[in-house]
Amino acid sequence: MSDITVQVRYFAALREALGSSESVALPEGSTLGQLRDVLLARGGRYAEVLARGRAVRCALNQVMADESVVVPAGAEVAFFPPVTGG
Amino acid sequence: MARVSIQTHDFDLGSEVAALRDGDGGVGAVVSFVGTVRDRSSEGAVSQLELEHYPGMTERSIEAMIDAAHVRFDIRGARVVHRVGLLQPQEQIVLVAVTSAHRGQAFQACEFLMDYLKTQAPFWKKETTPDGARWVDARVADDAALERWGIAAGNGSGTAAPR
Repeated sequence: MSDITVQVRYFAALREALGSSESVALPEGSTLGQLRDVLLARGGRYAEVLARGRAVRCALNQVMADESVVVPAGAEVAFFPPVTGG
Repeated sequence: MARVSIQTHDFDLGSEVAALRDGDGGVGAVVSFVGTVRDRSSEGAVSQLELEHYPGMTERSIEAMIDAAHVRFDIRGARVVHRVGLLQPQEQIVLVAVTSAHRGQAFQACEFLMDYLKTQAPFWKKETTPDGARWVDARVADDAALERWGIAAGNGSGTAAPR
């Protein structure tokens, strides 16, 4: 299987820790949860703010998504804390 | 008129409602909600609030909420204005206004939209208190509010947010 590239964006506390945006390569067919695991495996701040047990929500192409969803090539993915608007 | 505006500047309730009703003689009820910045939180006095959002997704998610409100309730129009950037205590943050023929549907749709927005629109608040600036935690009560409408929120429930 070949790798695909996706654009990953971070918001709020995750943006402060990891920056606004980056390109990430991952195996074709990976889910959002597996993408989170790829980032977690980098260690350091990634392991801290994306740790399992932390409340992290994600969006795929600007729609809230579950971690079981497969990420298509060229997708825009975002990770962020629970939302607090209103 | 646009149904959704995300803006740094303030809004005027009177002119927003006037624009929403304009030319629609079938409107018999207008319900509006305005959220404002409190000068205190569980962490103490709040001197400033900063609102971050996810441009594009914010507008898209609120448009989808308004579509859902039109399906669920017999309403004639809806308007949502949400401010972002730096806000001071007592300033206005958010407006939800709904029109309908009779009051019941507008009351319900306004609350539905606000409950939806609190847990599904990508905004994040950072408040400044005497102890410094901190990201506001999501409230489980907000998830429960949306779940009353039969929609699973899955936002603030469960594990703690990263600080």
